[in-house]
Amino acid sequence: MNPKEEKVKIIAEEFTENEEDAAVGRRKKKVQRQQRKKQPQTNSGLPVLPTSPQGPHPGLGASPTCSASSLPSVPLPPTAGPEEMVSETPHLGPQQEPGQEEPKTHLLSTTARRGPRSLPPIPSASRTGFAEFSMRERMREKLQAARSKAESALLQEIPTPRPRRLRSPSERESETEFGTEPGKEVRRTQQDDDSQNYSKVKFRDSGRKIKSKPQVPPGFPSPEEAYNFFTFNFDPEPEEERSEEEKAGAKTRGGADQEAGAPGQQDEEELLDGREAEDLLLGLEHMADDFVAIRPAEYESVHHWLQKEKEMLFVPSRLTVPTYKKLPENVQPRFLEDEGLYIGARPEVARTTGNIMENRLLVQEPERGWFGDDGRILALPSPIKPFPSRPPVLPRGQSTAAELETLYKKAVKYVHRSQHMIGSGDPSGNFQVDIDISGLIFTHHPCFSREHVLAAKLAQLYDQYLARHQRNKAKFLTDKLHALRNAVQTGLNPEKPQQSLETTQKTIKEYKAEIWQTRRLRDAEQEKDRTLLKTIIKVWKEMKSLREFQRFTNTPLKLVLRKEKVDQKADEEAFEAEIQAEISELLEEHREEYEQKMEEYRAAHQQWKAWKRAQRARKKKKKHATEEPPDEETEEAPPEEDPGKPVPPEPTDRAVLEQQVRERAAQSRRRPGEPTLVPELSLAGSVTPNDQCPRVEVLRREDVRRRSVYLKVLFNNKEVSRTVSRQLGADFRVHFGQIFNLQIFNWPESLTLQVYETVGHSSATLLAEVFLPIPETTVVTGRAPIEEVEFSSNQHVTLDHEGVGSGVPFSFEADGSNQLILMTSGKVSHSVAWAIGENGIPLIPPLSQQNIGFRSALKRADAISSIGTSGLADMKKLAKWATESKLDPNDPNNAPLMQLISVATSGESYVPDFFRLEQLQQEFNFVSDEELNRSKRFRLLQLRNQEVPEFRNYKQIPVYDREIMEKVFQDYEKRLRDRNVIETKDHIDTHRATVAKYLQQVRESVINRFLIAKHHFLLTDLVVEEEVPNISILGLSLFKLAEQKRPLRPRRKGRKKVTAQSLSDGDVKLLVNIIRAYDIPVRTPTPSKFQQPSRSSRTFVEKHAASPSTHSPTHSADYPLGQVLVRPFVEVSFQRTICHTTTAEGPNPSWNEELELPFRAPNGDYSTASLQSVKDDVFINIFDEVLYDVLEIDGTFKIDIPPVLLGYSKERSMMIERGFDSVRSLSEGSYITLFITMEPQLVPGESVREKFDSQEDEKLLQATEKFQAECALKFPNRQCLTTVIDISGKTVFITRYLRPLNPPEELLTVYPSNPQATAELVARYVSLIPFLPDTVSFAGICDLWSTSDQFLDLLAGDEEEHAVLLCNYFLSLGKKAWLVMGSAIPEGPTAYVLTWEQNHYLIWNPCSGHFYGQFDTFCPLKSVGCLIGPDNVWFNIQQYDSPLRINFDVTKPKLWKSFFSRSLPYPGLSSVQPEELIYQCTDKAAAAELQDRIEKILKEKIMDWRPRHLTRWNRYCTSTLRHFLPLLERSQGEDVEDDHRAELLKQLGDYRFSGFPLHMAYSEVKPLIEAVYSTGVHNIDVPNVEFALAVYIHPYPKNVLSVWIYVASLIRSR
Amino acid sequence: MAAASPSVFLLMVNGQVESAQFPEYDDLYCKYCFVYGQDWAPTAGLEEGISQITCKSQDVRQALVWLPIDVTFKSTNPFGWPQMVLSVYGPDVFGNDVVRGYGAVHVPFSPGRYRKTIPMFVPESTSKLQKFTSWFMGRRPEYTDPKVVAQGEGREVTRVRSQGFVTVVFNVVTKDMRKLGYDTGPTDTQATWGTSPAQGLPH
Repeated sequence: MNPKEEKVKIIAEEFTENEEDAAVGRRKKKVQRQQRKKQPQTNSGLPVLPTSPQGPHPGLGASPTCSASSLPSVPLPPTAGPEEMVSETPHLGPQQEPGQEEPKTHLLSTTARRGPRSLPPIPSASRTGFAEFSMRERMREKLQAARSKAESALLQEIPTPRPRRLRSPSERESETEFGTEPGKEVRRTQQDDDSQNYSKVKFRDSGRKIKSKPQVPPGFPSPEEAYNFFTFNFDPEPEEERSEEEKAGAKTRGGADQEAGAPGQQDEEELLDGREAEDLLLGLEHMADDFVAIRPAEYESVHHWLQKEKEMLFVPSRLTVPTYKKLPENVQPRFLEDEGLYIGARPEVARTTGNIMENRLLVQEPERGWFGDDGRILALPSPIKPFPSRPPVLPRGQSTAAELETLYKKAVKYVHRSQHMIGSGDPSGNFQVDIDISGLIFTHHPCFSREHVLAAKLAQLYDQYLARHQRNKAKFLTDKLHALRNAVQTGLNPEKPQQSLETTQKTIKEYKAEIWQTRRLRDAEQEKDRTLLKTIIKVWKEMKSLREFQRFTNTPLKLVLRKEKVDQKADEEAFEAEIQAEISELLEEHREEYEQKMEEYRAAHQQWKAWKRAQRARKKKKKHATEEPPDEETEEAPPEEDPGKPVPPEPTDRAVLEQQVRERAAQSRRRPGEPTLVPELSLAGSVTPNDQCPRVEVLRREDVRRRSVYLKVLFNNKEVSRTVSRQLGADFRVHFGQIFNLQIFNWPESLTLQVYETVGHSSATLLAEVFLPIPETTVVTGRAPIEEVEFSSNQHVTLDHEGVGSGVPFSFEADGSNQLILMTSGKVSHSVAWAIGENGIPLIPPLSQQNIGFRSALKRADAISSIGTSGLADMKKLAKWATESKLDPNDPNNAPLMQLISVATSGESYVPDFFRLEQLQQEFNFVSDEELNRSKRFRLLQLRNQEVPEFRNYKQIPVYDREIMEKVFQDYEKRLRDRNVIETKDHIDTHRATVAKYLQQVRESVINRFLIAKHHFLLTDLVVEEEVPNISILGLSLFKLAEQKRPLRPRRKGRKKVTAQSLSDGDVKLLVNIIRAYDIPVRTPTPSKFQQPSRSSRTFVEKHAASPSTHSPTHSADYPLGQVLVRPFVEVSFQRTICHTTTAEGPNPSWNEELELPFRAPNGDYSTASLQSVKDDVFINIFDEVLYDVLEIDGTFKIDIPPVLLGYSKERSMMIERGFDSVRSLSEGSYITLFITMEPQLVPGESVREKFDSQEDEKLLQATEKFQAECALKFPNRQCLTTVIDISGKTVFITRYLRPLNPPEELLTVYPSNPQATAELVARYVSLIPFLPDTVSFAGICDLWSTSDQFLDLLAGDEEEHAVLLCNYFLSLGKKAWLVMGSAIPEGPTAYVLTWEQNHYLIWNPCSGHFYGQFDTFCPLKSVGCLIGPDNVWFNIQQYDSPLRINFDVTKPKLWKSFFSRSLPYPGLSSVQPEELIYQCTDKAAAAELQDRIEKILKEKIMDWRPRHLTRWNRYCTSTLRHFLPLLERSQGEDVEDDHRAELLKQLGDYRFSGFPLHMAYSEVKPLIEAVYSTGVHNIDVPNVEFALAVYIHPYPKNVLSVWIYVASLIRSR
Repeated sequence: MAAASPSVFLLMVNGQVESAQFPEYDDLYCKYCFVYGQDWAPTAGLEEGISQITCKSQDVRQALVWLPIDVTFKSTNPFGWPQMVLSVYGPDVFGNDVVRGYGAVHVPFSPGRYRKTIPMFVPESTSKLQKFTSWFMGRRPEYTDPKVVAQGEGREVTRVRSQGFVTVVFNVVTKDMRKLGYDTGPTDTQATWGTSPAQGLPH
């Protein structure tokens, strides 16, 4: 059988037992059980199986799989329990005897083991520890137990035949759980035995089960091991036992064949007994028992749990509670909502939750305090707002700007004393209370002398008197009395019978009552008046006597009693009449009274008489028949007591009455004829001066003088102000006369004055607090009466002088009797009122605020509270509607509305009709915009932040405005001003000025765009990261290893680039490596005239004899052999710093020298953007050294240093244009090889990574991108251009720029028959248009392409514009022409023009107008990227890109990759160029004028440059030169006639002449000046030098001007 | 003080770069420099410094740099308050000097002594391959300029990895800040409030 099953059954049985006793209390059960347990000892008929006597045990429970009968939690049929108990008995019976004895044996051991716990003295106790103790402890216990057992066994000598039985697990369980409970143990011992046979069986099973228990620590035998060790051999038949047990269990329930099982069991037991006896002998059985504690897994059935939970826990039902349960008896639920009261929406609660809560409350707190009238749980309205706090966005369109305008207020430092104001800025919060404190009077003060006390008393009485006098109540009452009397008189008058008699009677009665009342009041008043007067007089007398007694006077008080004579007779009459009237009234009253009494008397008398009569009759009866009925006797008994004879009321005696009245009148009233006394209190008396007073009095007075008083004004318990401290006067009055204007914000809650007194220099003591009433809203300033508020203090003061002190008894009498205790007290006279504003409106907080008090003041500052106001214009209407629609004002939903209405109707409040999102923004503005603009510092900061060029690098902006010079802004302002003003000073010619202006504007706009784009960073801008090397690079680097250390043809290596950020002045240098030069012009042998032996001949560098009109460089100079005709050196000037090389010899010198020129960036700004705008020229001049170091210029070479060149690292061969001899063929000439770079190498600026919008077809754009990507993939270094950006910033396909355009007619007509010459002329014309690189204008941002007409209008442009124009001209001339995009020297990436002549290609430099053959080695164009024609773009896919080595035949697709091909045919793009160019003839007069001006300017400049020398102008020479220049122009610099030179020489025969003509395209004056400066002509400081300068301007159409400047120095040779 | 209205305020910073906690690396050295706005100018002291190479000892597992800082700035404007930029370098496996961390911290505003622990980071390679090659070649990604870490602009294009900490002690002294209207510390405020007695508002 499955051990588990078996166990389950056992438990099940136990459980049924539980079920049986479920309802019974535990204690009771125990008793019961004990009783039951005891029974078996006697009759051995008790059940053994139900081994858990403890009743419900949490550790045990029927498993749900156990047999059905035991499962249900409903109690078993009552028959089951007892029956089974009985049934069990037979087979268990025999064991009970030994069981009984067992305790004895084990008592010893267990007590020894665990004394304090006093557990049942059974070995099983050790097992109980299983659950409670750690394994170690258990083991220890077990060892001990074993030992003791062994001992006991030895002690007993003879093994008891007692079978050792394991106990049932339930038994063990119960012990573990309740082992400590006393009282059970006895029972346990007995019970133990009962269960032993079961336990044994269970033992094994559980042992096996327990195997997996985790409690077994390593090193200790597991229970099963232990078990096996100790028991296995000795208990070989567990199986049988178990099956037996099982059977037994089954039988218990079945109740059928228990008999059959029982005997077997019994046999078995006996068998075991024998064996166990042996075990016992060996002492092993005990060990097994002790060491192995096996118990089933703890489990308790769910039902059991539930059952117990039900007992312990209360689970409120989810069902709805009927209403009657929730309400008191016989109360119907009342629904306030139905009655029309507002009930807020209850918060949402789930129904079941609510039900549970209600059920719970009903049980938990049945007082029903939780339920409202409607039977629901009391709940506050749901606090969730149904509407959002944020107002809806108002539709725009209205001019809200004005309302939302922010006003600047200067920041105010937080003032500590302003707590009483909330947001002083709020205009609506300016309410004002005026508190006028006029003065203070002490009615008692410690320093009062006795006289003062009396005086105060007197004054008080007098005040009282005055007050009474003013009211004159007595008179009023007298008058009233008269009136009433009259009324009674008239009422009694029978001649007026209008009213019915009854009413008259009634009124008269009422009148009379009133008369009586009034009279009494009047009498009282009169008496009071009189007593008051008497008291006054008495006090005055006392005072007088006091003054006499002390022989000095302290107070100026003086009472004068003024007697007012009265008319004796009239007075007496009136008195008498009054008396009479009173008497008569009294009489009447008395009469009435009398009558009433008489009536009573009569009634009483009647009764008495009747009684008397009856008495008499009875007496008679008695006399007649004494034994008459006794009942009569009894009947008569009550009246037996004599009611007494009623006394008849006496009629009032008039005389007596009169006597009374007169007495009273005499007492309370002025006697007739007696003069009326009018007391008058005056301060006319004189106070005795100090020197006549005794010392104590003087001390007192001094003390008084030392005291001063001030008041603090407390508003809402906060001190807001205080009065000045005033000295206490001798009369104990203090006059303040101060008015405090309290500017308040919230409704006053309290106004308090605190009276402080200071004595001498000690600190102030608080005397008293005076609470002022808060004025009514109607009380405004000016209308408020002065009121007096009394105060008193409870301070105790005893003084050592005449002062009576305060709170201490004193007396006026000499014997000290009649003691008085006076406390400091006084009166403050004040008035409190609301102030009136400027426009007459009282500054009273609105009513709403009064109601809501403090809170609303806060709310008003809240923007949210003004939400409701936004849309509602007419408040009055709203209020009306609210009242009409009978809104429930208590409904919180309406609260904002009601508040709004109350605010609106109160009329005073300021309701903003807009909503401010950032209402605090204003607070955070630290200055206003005006101030921001006004302040120079702020302006400077702002401008710098905007990166305005003038201020971009402004350092250390001063702290104060005054330190900022006005001139800082001058440039900037001038620039701003000039933006629209065309200034002609620099430009001379207006057209160019406009152009310059226009350019400037374009530049600015582009720069702005660039500045934005500049802040976009790429990773490469920030992080330096090595590129992933590809194979080729790796290969190269490997190859490099094999490289020669010193190659024959060394190459320049790239250097590390430096970012511009970390640079400063002096870091950057311009390196010019001058290597060699070719074909330097040599000195021509001087004409005979000048032949002189000395070497100091002037050098006249003359032109070479050259073959004209060839463009080959094959020409070489013919110089005489063996003679050094030139000693050239190179001078490089940059930014006016000049460096020069050593002198070499010969026309083909080699210097190989490096020159360093410092580079200064503008403003010290080395940022990339700024560097890119550097436009300084590098002038490279070759000079011939002659004696005297007179320097003469051989040629100039000018390059612009555009920013892209900053990073030049390539070797360059620079072509030198021969200056002096530029009249000759330009393409031939001298050449110089040099290399220019910057040190350190700067990172060239990058173009804007911004995509420009375009009007091109999207497909085309995609195609361009694809094309460019493909090209870049193949030849990354070759320039490929398909789209460009036009001047408006749009992407345009490049071919749109090419279109035949007509050159000026003028040029065509010059050489009508010679197309080549015409072409040259056109090229020259184009080259005369000034060059302005885009990179300079737009600081390396992008290349803007202007169309040809724009170009001609602007008269400025870079290579592209020149090339486009030239190409267009050529196209119109009928040539085949292309735009060549490539790189040239020195321009770098540039555009040239390629034309196809009859059999060869010509390459034109559009900027210089020169042309080269394809195979010209000196052609500056070094590489060709792509060709652009009017209808297609070809990319060079040939191996080489040098024009010498490529084929220009674009029809070959293998050599040229065309953009438009068969797959993408040319869509016929319209040109962006105009149809035709229109040329205006240039005004010759203007040109002449300009010429004069330039000449003048240049002359002045030269004179300026020679400040220490006299500059003489040779007029003759100048005029000669002036004539010479047009010739140069005419010949386009080709031929300078020898005769002219001869002429020149002839004319200037006496002079040594050195100088040269400069030819430039005219753009501005400045470049001309620079060019002249760079010639260095002015540097000659030979004493008698003379100068000549001539300017010639040749105008071409469209304002293109060719400028010639001939500058020369002359030295008289004799 | 004779100078009634100073035209600049002064900020003196001294202290030291105390230690560097880079658990993985050793033989580190540290550079510092100051980055400041246009209105600032150093008047005294060194605004850049480079430390010795420090090796970690067995018991103190952090590199003690102990590099003194002593610099004084003058300025007219708190905008562009000086920042200290730190960069730590050390040799990698192959002995190449590579950057171990960049970090920046503002000089504390108010006078006093401060100990700042600055988290350091290095830019990450853009790809795994890059990472490998950069490791292999000893050319880790670096900022073009260490001062980049003191500016907020353009940082979004970089990826960085945190790398350790550097502890810096600052002793800050300012002069004339308050006179120029810059209130930088709670300690200053007490003196300004003051003496005005609690008088009422009688008009």
